[in-house]
Amino acid sequence: MSDFTERFNRLRDEKNYRAIIDAIPYARLMGVEFGEEGEEGALLFTLPFAERNVGNTTLPALHGGLIGGFMENAALIHLMWNRESLEIPKIVDFSLDYLRPGRPQTLFARCEITKQGKRVAHVLIEAWQDSPEKPVAVARAHFLLATNTN
Amino acid sequence: MSLTAAPANPQVLDVLSRLFVSLPHATTLGMRYVGTVGRKPTLAIDWHDDLVGNPASGVLHGGVITSLVDTTSAVSVAAQLPDFETIATLDLRIDYLKAATPGRAIYCTAECYRLASQVAFTRAVCFHDSADEPIAHGIATFMRESSPVPMVGEAVK
Repeated sequence: MSDFTERFNRLRDEKNYRAIIDAIPYARLMGVEFGEEGEEGALLFTLPFAERNVGNTTLPALHGGLIGGFMENAALIHLMWNRESLEIPKIVDFSLDYLRPGRPQTLFARCEITKQGKRVAHVLIEAWQDSPEKPVAVARAHFLLATNTN
Repeated sequence: MSLTAAPANPQVLDVLSRLFVSLPHATTLGMRYVGTVGRKPTLAIDWHDDLVGNPASGVLHGGVITSLVDTTSAVSVAAQLPDFETIATLDLRIDYLKAATPGRAIYCTAECYRLASQVAFTRAVCFHDSADEPIAHGIATFMRESSPVPMVGEAVK
């Protein structure tokens, strides 16, 4: 088990969401926050608006790449939160559909592990602002769960 | 006959390439425009500890590559545009072929291989030294005339 996964699992048990983000430099730079929501404790990821995340200054709108990074990061944390990882899952591919511009306000995301096999996990991610019924983007990612052959 | 066509409109490429790397999130990532050969632009992001996604290895966050592919692909559309217009990414897929090396800059070269009347199709490759040794491969589509609000003010042109 890597030092990071060991630390992640400990912070998860302590529900120290903030320290997990602080341990992932780019997640901290984006300004990601997350926590458990509702009775089932599903993870909700939040990205409060920040000027440095803008990608179109005339509309204005969040940077499309940033929206992707936020969603990919959410998928990784969601996956590590919901399984006993010995290693950090490694992203294989990421596919993202942009449905609406990301306006200069808070962006939310939640994930679902569609399938978790021995070697590969499939994660769906949805991001929205005003309402989950009006997604800003939907994405899916494949992660390799064990990489000891590489 | 030259092997590589010049940009469809050099002024459009010049203005939009400078605009895209000057946008707030692009500057946050330290994105820079390297240049364009024919109609294939190259952009780069230098390794920085703020951009790491895997604290165990120091490898850059995949999201940084997503932003680099998105932006370089948008510049490749700009190299095909006959005139200024607003474009927006419709979808994007990234294949992570191998981990980037910590401490090294990542380059991305993109090509808009089809400019249709409403949609532009692009492909991009990220690498350290040579596109023959790719780190990631990205394909994207862009909507043309995506907004009546122009991306650049008249003064910038």
